[in-house]
Amino acid sequence: MIKVENLQKSYGDLHVLKGIDYEIHEGQVVCVIGPSGSGKSTFLRCLNLLEEVTGGAVYIEGKKINDPSSDINTIRANVGMVFQQFNLFPHMSVLENITMAPMQVRNMPKAEAEQNARVLLDKVGLGTKADNFPEQLSGGQQQRVAIARALAMQPKVLLFDEPTSALDPEMVKEVLAVMKDLAEEGMTMVVVTHEMGFAREMGDRVVFMDGGYIVEEGEPEAVFGNPQQERTKAFLSKVL
Amino acid sequence: MDFIQWEMIWNYREMYLKGIWVTISLTLCGYIGGVIFGLFLGLGQISTKKWLYWPCKIYVDVFRGTPMLVQIFIIHLALLPSIFGQSFGWFVSGVIALILNSAAYNAEIFRAGIQSVPKGQMEAARSLGLTHTQAMRKVILPQAFRRMIPPLGNEFIALLKDSSLVMVIAAPDILYVSKIVAGTYQRFWEPYIFAALIYLVLTYAVTKLVAYVEKKTNNTINPRKGARA
Repeated sequence: MIKVENLQKSYGDLHVLKGIDYEIHEGQVVCVIGPSGSGKSTFLRCLNLLEEVTGGAVYIEGKKINDPSSDINTIRANVGMVFQQFNLFPHMSVLENITMAPMQVRNMPKAEAEQNARVLLDKVGLGTKADNFPEQLSGGQQQRVAIARALAMQPKVLLFDEPTSALDPEMVKEVLAVMKDLAEEGMTMVVVTHEMGFAREMGDRVVFMDGGYIVEEGEPEAVFGNPQQERTKAFLSKVL
Repeated sequence: MDFIQWEMIWNYREMYLKGIWVTISLTLCGYIGGVIFGLFLGLGQISTKKWLYWPCKIYVDVFRGTPMLVQIFIIHLALLPSIFGQSFGWFVSGVIALILNSAAYNAEIFRAGIQSVPKGQMEAARSLGLTHTQAMRKVILPQAFRRMIPPLGNEFIALLKDSSLVMVIAAPDILYVSKIVAGTYQRFWEPYIFAALIYLVLTYAVTKLVAYVEKKTNNTINPRKGARA
């Protein structure tokens, strides 16, 4: 589904990603963990080219996306993204937030887009909030709208960039519950997270990153229960 | 002799009415042109393309960094005659000067307004597959516009007042009429105070209009905020 070969990213002299090789298969939930500054968010943002890749290659469904000939907008329409700060559009109602992209990018008729949006809102438990504006919602509700907004494009994969890091503790659960539902439905997901509980329970694979490299990777039980690398052990001993 | 002689104003009432119309038409034409041109300059200033960025940046710096009076003389007496072999009178020169000058200030308003929208908004829009242009139109500009209304209103008021400078190329605006009245009667209090009063009334009306537009857009964009206000 997604294949990354020797992915490199640098800002001037600062090398954030120093050569990442990884493959994500359809239906997998891959959780990326690691200390701040390890490059995990940058890695995620390279997967839909929100960051310009400086070296290596990213393939989505066999097509190289960091290539001048690739149509970046079509690729992004198939790769949903959920942000730490939600990034809902504050001048649009909840419903408009969700219908805007399908109507603009897929030329979907308004009635159909709204019908889909209402189904998605029910799914994330916010069926009654369609006409509210983002600032009227709690953080957890906003993030669930953001997930519905990403789902409205019927993406093949969803990227989550620390989706619960900006939330009050009592709201983390409601967002994780929605993500859990998605995972159980077979959605392919890449989740950069500090929620070790979620990674352990829902992850098919866990990737530990540090210093711009993937240090260790494996099934959650293996990575959490019996880490092989010293750096993984040191990190886990601090966060668990 | 009366202490204040308002009859002289009354005697020139038709010229004053025409003068008000000259001021309003110059300001409106200059402003509309300045907003459109300024939008392109502002977009150019946030462009990552160097060949677009630098000309816009230099233009804005030059026009903001030189007096409008000098610009009016250059345009009317040097630029237009050099290009067309002649000038086309005070209205054409005046409007061109006002457009070119206000565009530079509006460019800064547009640039600042667009850049005040958080980066995450563009990222969210692009991550959904919108093109840069679609994201600008549907996500960035509507948010930026709301923040630009007060400074764009201020710019209109500034332009209304600055339009009085075109009297130096014999545009018969409010100030010019006052100067004629002053010359005719050799009285200075009445005509210039009257000119100031007219400008004050006009700018006050614009201030009220801007406040109304601001409230109105707030209402349509965000009903709850409107209700609270």
